[in-house]
Amino acid sequence: MARRQSGSDRPASVSRRGFLASTAVAGAAATSAASTGALAATAPDPIAAQPRPAAVRPDARLAATDGGRSLDVAKADGAAGSDFMVDVIKSLDIDYLPANPASSYRGIHESLINYGGNKKPEFLTCTHEEAAVAMCHGYFKIAGKPLMTLVHGVVGLQHASMAIYNAWVDRVPVMILGGTDLDAAHRPPGVPTIHSAQDINKLVRDFTKWDDQPVSLQHFAQSFVRAYRFAMTPPYEPVMLALDAELQEEPIRNDGEKLYIPRYVAAAPPQGESGAVREAARLLAGAERPVIIVDRAVRSPNGMKLLVELAELLQAPVVDQRGRMNFPNTHHLARAANVVGQADVIIGLELADYWATVNSFIDNGEHGGHGLQESKIKPGTKLISISSLDLNMKSNYQDFQRFQVVDVGMAADSEATLPALIEAVRAALPNDRKDAIAKRGEASRKAKEAARVRTHELAAIGWDATPISTARLAAEIWPHIKDLDWSLVGQDRYISYWPSRLWPMDKFHRHIGGSGGAGQGYNLPASIGAALANRDRGRFSISIQCDGDFMYSPGAMWTAARHKIPLLTIMHNNHAYHQETMHLVRMANRRDRVTNIGNDLGPIGTRIENPNIEYAKIAESMGWWSAGPIKDPSQLGPTIKRAVEVVKSGQPALIDVWTQPR
Amino acid sequence: MHRFAIRAAVAALALGLVVVDTAAAAGSPDKGKVAFIRNGCYLCHGTVGQGSITTSRGKVVNHTKLPVEAFIGFVRGTNRSMPPYSEKVISDADLTDIYAYLESLPKTADYKTIPLLQ
Repeated sequence: MARRQSGSDRPASVSRRGFLASTAVAGAAATSAASTGALAATAPDPIAAQPRPAAVRPDARLAATDGGRSLDVAKADGAAGSDFMVDVIKSLDIDYLPANPASSYRGIHESLINYGGNKKPEFLTCTHEEAAVAMCHGYFKIAGKPLMTLVHGVVGLQHASMAIYNAWVDRVPVMILGGTDLDAAHRPPGVPTIHSAQDINKLVRDFTKWDDQPVSLQHFAQSFVRAYRFAMTPPYEPVMLALDAELQEEPIRNDGEKLYIPRYVAAAPPQGESGAVREAARLLAGAERPVIIVDRAVRSPNGMKLLVELAELLQAPVVDQRGRMNFPNTHHLARAANVVGQADVIIGLELADYWATVNSFIDNGEHGGHGLQESKIKPGTKLISISSLDLNMKSNYQDFQRFQVVDVGMAADSEATLPALIEAVRAALPNDRKDAIAKRGEASRKAKEAARVRTHELAAIGWDATPISTARLAAEIWPHIKDLDWSLVGQDRYISYWPSRLWPMDKFHRHIGGSGGAGQGYNLPASIGAALANRDRGRFSISIQCDGDFMYSPGAMWTAARHKIPLLTIMHNNHAYHQETMHLVRMANRRDRVTNIGNDLGPIGTRIENPNIEYAKIAESMGWWSAGPIKDPSQLGPTIKRAVEVVKSGQPALIDVWTQPR
Repeated sequence: MHRFAIRAAVAALALGLVVVDTAAAAGSPDKGKVAFIRNGCYLCHGTVGQGSITTSRGKVVNHTKLPVEAFIGFVRGTNRSMPPYSEKVISDADLTDIYAYLESLPKTADYKTIPLLQ
C-alpha cells in the first residue's frame, strides 16, 4: 500500500510514522513519555548510543498497554483525515453508533466526539462488540435505517462476528468499520501488532455483502457511500470497511486534490421481471385454494398494506412465518401453517426456507439417521417464489437452506414487486370467479374464529401452574400495554409464540421477528437497539427475554441505563438451555440410555440452576428498576403494572419470572 | 405391537367402547409427577402437560383421553416428532404412574371464565 508523507508545504508537521522513527534514531526513550506527552524532552537512553535498527524497542509499558500508543502524535497543521471521514458519515444521517472503544480507531473516535460534536451519529458506549452489532440489528428493524459500529480490527471484530452473522441471515444492514494498522514496519509493536492483520475483513467476508479497505480519504468517501448503498439495496445485508490507523490520524494532504463527498442516491430495489409477474398472477387468479406465505416479505408499513391488498384481492389465507411483522394477525385471512396442505398454488415471499415450508423433517433416526422427510403439500401444487436471496452469491455458510424447485421464481424484492403483482392479479381475475373468491373469504373467517377459540382453550391449561405458564405470562402483560403504542422488540418463539397468538398485532412495529442466525446473545442487545428506535418515536417497548440468551451479553443492560433507553424486559427464566435438553434426550433415547441429569432437573450441561441466577439483582446493579423472581402467577399483574409506569417515565425495567420451559 | 395397541385403543375410544378410568391405571400420581420431571417429559410437554406449539406441536397430554395401554403404546412406538422411549429408558410402571399423574391434574377451567382471556 502506498504511504503518504506530510505535505511539503508544512515542514513543521510530522506524521506519526515519521515521528516515531525520528525519535528512535535520536535515541529518545519511550519510557517516560506517557506522563508528559513530550518525548523530545526525556533523558537520552544510554542504549541509544549503540548501533541498532531504527525502531522503537518493545518495552514493558508498551506491552502492558492495550493500545500501546501512548506516544502522542505531534500536533499537525490542517484538518485530521478522520474529520473528513466524519463529514462523510454525517452526510448519511446515521443516528447512533453503538460501539466498544478501541485504540485502532482512536483517530475517528476523537473526530466523532470532538469535531463531530457526538451527534449524528451519537456514540453509545457498549461493553461488548457483539452487543453493539445486535443493537444496530434491532434498531434497523424498527427504524428502517442502518446504524454504524466501530470495532477493534482483530479481537473486536472476532467478538462482533456472531452478531454480524445474525444480521446477515436476517437480511439487516449494518455499517461496520474496523480499525487496523497496516504498516508493519512502523506500527507500534506488542499488542497493537497482535491486533493487526493483513486483511481484517476476511474474518467476516463470507457473511457481509461487500467490504473494502480504503487507502486514501477519497477512497474512504467513495467506499463508505458505496457500502451504504449496497447495504440498503435488497437484500439488505451488513457491510464492512477496514480503516487504517494512519489514514485516520494523519492530516488531510494538501497536494491540490480536492476531497469531495459523493451524493447518496438510493438504488431502486430489484423488481420481478414482468413476464414472470404475469405468470404468477395467472396461476394465483386461476387457483381454487391459493395460499400466501411470508417471512421477511415486508420492509415497511406500506409493504404491509400492499400484502393486505393482495390477500384481499384473492381472499387467500396468509401464513406469516414471523421473520418480520408482515400481516396483521387480526385479519380474517391470517392463518396457521397447516393451510399449505390444502393449497393448489402457493406463493412464498422472501422465505428463509422454502423447502421446510412445503416439506417436513422429523429427526427420529429413521433412514440411517437421516430422519423422515415428507411433503406437506398435495402433488401438483404450483409453487411461486419471490426472493431477493436469489441475488446473494455466497456459498460457505449454509443459510440458503435446502434447494426447493419452484414453478415460477423471481430473483427480486417482494415488497417492490407487490404493486405490479397486484395489478397483474387484478387484470387476470375472471369476473365469474368473484363469488367463489368471496366464499373463500367466508371460509377463512370461520376457520379463523375456530382457531381463536382453540388458542384460548390451550392458553387456559395450566393457568395457575407454577412455574408460571408462558400463556399466562403473555395474558398478564396484555392489559398493561394494550392502550399504549407498544412494540414487541424481541422474539417470542421460545414462549410458544403466545404474544403473537394472544395480542392483536396490526402494525408494522408490533414485533420485529427473530435473530435470523439463531446465534444466542442476540435478544437482549437487539431489544435495546429496537427500544432506542421506539424511544425516538414515542413508543413503548417490551421484550420477553430468555435466560440463556441473556447471559451472553448482560452488559447491554448497562448501555440501556447509561443512554436512557426505556424498555420493559420480562425474563422467561426457565433455568435451562431447553433446545439442547431436548436434543440430549432424543440422543439418549435413540441409544437406549437413560439421560444423566445429575442433581438437576435436566441433562447435565444444559441447566442454569444451582445456583439460580438473580436477574433482578443483575439488572439493579446496572441501573435498571427490577423485581422478582416472581413464582406465583397472581403476583404478575401488580408487578407488571408498576414496571410499566417505570418504563413510561423513561427508565428500563426488568421483571424476573420463573416460567415453564416453553 | 405397540402401534397396534395404539390403533386399537384409539379406534375403541372413537367407538365409545372404552371409558377412561384413572383408578384402573393403578398408578401413583405422586410418583408419576416425579417420573414426569425426572425423565424430561416436562421439557416438551410442560409440567402440567399443557404442551407447546413449538415443542409438542400443540399436543396436550394434560388428561390424555387415551386408555393407559394406548398411552404406553404411544410412548414406546412413536416415530414422529417425539422420540420413542424403550423399556430400558423408562419402565411400564413409571409410565403408568405418569399416566396417573396426568389424569389426576385439575380439570382446566373454561377459558370464558378467565377474565384475562376475554
